[in-house]
Amino acid sequence: MEQHSRTDAYSDRYAARAAGMVPSEIRALFAMVARPEVVSLAGGAPYVSALPLDAVGDMIGQLVAGRGAEVLQYGSAQGDEGLREHICEVMALEGVRASADDVVVTVGAQQALDLITKIFVDPGDVVLAEAPSYVGALGTFAAYQADVVHVPLDEGGLIPSALRESLERLRRDGRRVKFLYTVPTFQNPAGVTLTTARRAQILEICAEYDVLVVEDNPYGLLGFDNEPMRALRADDPDRVIYLGSFSKTIASGLRVGWVLAPHAVRAKLVLAAESAILCPSNFSQLAVREYLATQPWREQIKDFRELYRERRDAMLEALDQLMPEGCTWTRPAGGFFVWLTLPEGLDSKAMAPRAIAERVAYVPGTGFYANGEGHRHMRLSYCFPEPHRIREGVRRLAGVVEQELRLRDTFGGVGQSGPTGVHTPGPHVV
Amino acid sequence: MELGHVVVLAGGLSYEREVSQRSGRRVTEALRALDVPVELRDADATLLDSLVNDPPDAVFPVLHGAAGEDGSIRDVLELLDVPYVGARPDACRVAWDKPTAKSVVRRAGLNTPESVALPKEVFHDLGASSVLEQIVNRLGLPLFVKPTRGGSALGASPVHEAAELSAAMVGCFAYGDAALVERYVEGTEVSVSVIEIGGEPRALPAVEIVAPGGRYDYTARYDAGDTEFITPARLSPQAAERATAAAVTAHRALGLRDLSRTDLIVDADDEVHFLEVNVAPGMTETSLLPRAVSVAGLDLGHLCQSLLLNHLP
Repeated sequence: MEQHSRTDAYSDRYAARAAGMVPSEIRALFAMVARPEVVSLAGGAPYVSALPLDAVGDMIGQLVAGRGAEVLQYGSAQGDEGLREHICEVMALEGVRASADDVVVTVGAQQALDLITKIFVDPGDVVLAEAPSYVGALGTFAAYQADVVHVPLDEGGLIPSALRESLERLRRDGRRVKFLYTVPTFQNPAGVTLTTARRAQILEICAEYDVLVVEDNPYGLLGFDNEPMRALRADDPDRVIYLGSFSKTIASGLRVGWVLAPHAVRAKLVLAAESAILCPSNFSQLAVREYLATQPWREQIKDFRELYRERRDAMLEALDQLMPEGCTWTRPAGGFFVWLTLPEGLDSKAMAPRAIAERVAYVPGTGFYANGEGHRHMRLSYCFPEPHRIREGVRRLAGVVEQELRLRDTFGGVGQSGPTGVHTPGPHVV
Repeated sequence: MELGHVVVLAGGLSYEREVSQRSGRRVTEALRALDVPVELRDADATLLDSLVNDPPDAVFPVLHGAAGEDGSIRDVLELLDVPYVGARPDACRVAWDKPTAKSVVRRAGLNTPESVALPKEVFHDLGASSVLEQIVNRLGLPLFVKPTRGGSALGASPVHEAAELSAAMVGCFAYGDAALVERYVEGTEVSVSVIEIGGEPRALPAVEIVAPGGRYDYTARYDAGDTEFITPARLSPQAAERATAAAVTAHRALGLRDLSRTDLIVDADDEVHFLEVNVAPGMTETSLLPRAVSVAGLDLGHLCQSLLLNHLP
């Protein structure tokens, strides 16, 4: 009996948008990252062990025992009203004044991103994003066949003049820009923060070109030095759609995020959410609501800040001491990530297998660009490993870079590693 | 004789960990469907204690990559006197090192593409461009570059022009410290699995691989896509006979046991060229051995059970 078969027998049935959903061999390498021998500077997982787990456990137990009929039932597509009121209190810390009526609770901010892209973006529409930009957003934009145009950033965040140039060029080319996607505070992956002066400029330019802004702000409350930065949304409520998340301030496993949108957009988002998921998990929402109502959440965020500050310090100190000459990196004032640039001729994606062999993992920079750039960069996260592990990870990484430099000297700069593209992120990469 | 307690070993700390985990689950499910009591476990720091305290009747290693295929895990199983499926450690070591395996099968009468294997230090010490130039002078173009050890085509790439060779070498050295540069043979890419029940190796029908763009790389192997498999391969009767005979010859010459998978190219003149052999073939839903098993009218669970029973007293 002759048999013809394919690795995927369904490959000729998929929608065109599925063509952009490409797993990568990097994803396979990450199968090793879960092993304790590997120091992972790759994942963006918050250190949830720092939560008062016993108290949270008791709280959830009581919630189910006392109000199980509500907690375990469907809820509304827009999300629990009491939780939405708490969300407004949280956003007030960053200067945002909002009505609970304009908040839609989502399954993490990632779903908010999906819904926004779904209601705004037709195939071929332009979405502006920082270079580099959050890998999960790029995956969503690719799934909706958006044309991502990157705008460079530097230590002060998105560069206003570069934004203006891009918008001008796109206007000349007759391209329709649907929105600017930005993570202005403690950016993922670059770790940089948009300065106060630039915030005003960016909003001004977007107003001039009539472009919406999607402000993704999961790390805003995790600053190490100052009071929280004022959100873009605080200064232009009609232009800015704000995405928030409890993943980093409470627990990522609960998958509770939200979107705050102008009233009319909110109505569309609720309908889109309903068709996608009916409603977000009532269990998770009420757990978060109860946590905000009964637990010292502001103090807990302070604890998280201290914990991550110590880890940031450990990483920067180790990088300063150990990395070979020619490497540069950002110095984040909050959040989870350092963005490292390798010496000319080195390729972070090509050297990933060697790093894994040396038992250290990072995310190659190419994942954070929709256009195949980023070979000389890598994202290092300090949120999860303990400080002594971070130091060990950086030590191993420095050794790998030394070996790569030697290889470069042997073979010369040989261009870039194989095909790139937007790869669907696993949860370990967010 | 019934199997009371079987351990399927999968995962491990290699680049092919994910593939191995998928292979392990597949073998475990196939055995469980036959009510064989199976434990699926990783090769980690808890393994030895568990094998000592609760010795299984036999172990089925489906660890890919180093440790799984270079004989070291099997060495450990020998130390513990735990029976296992597959080749013995010394045979694994020979098969795992592609240049050594090529020499052995060449002595046994098989064709294998002309090649050179060099560690990266040679390029550093003698100057990469001079060494690469000599390689191209000797072997010509196109070439195929791969790590001397390792599987799943990780770090492997074809080279059609001399200018591409440096990049291919760097890609290869990301996965290992030595490279095998082989003359690229045009032809039909086939894979022949050999199984051994009751001491007699038997080749299963050759599986032909038609990869998109002609490149059967890691993505084409394991990620759902357009790679096409045709079983039995579209070969002339003579070439099909030569391919299955070559796989059995390689299995015997390398002293393998229970199961192996040999990758071959059949050229336009029906000549068969040996590329490499795998002592722990992939068992995933897209892998070649399970396809051959199915086309041969066999059941994967029964096959795995028989291979395990080979090792019971």
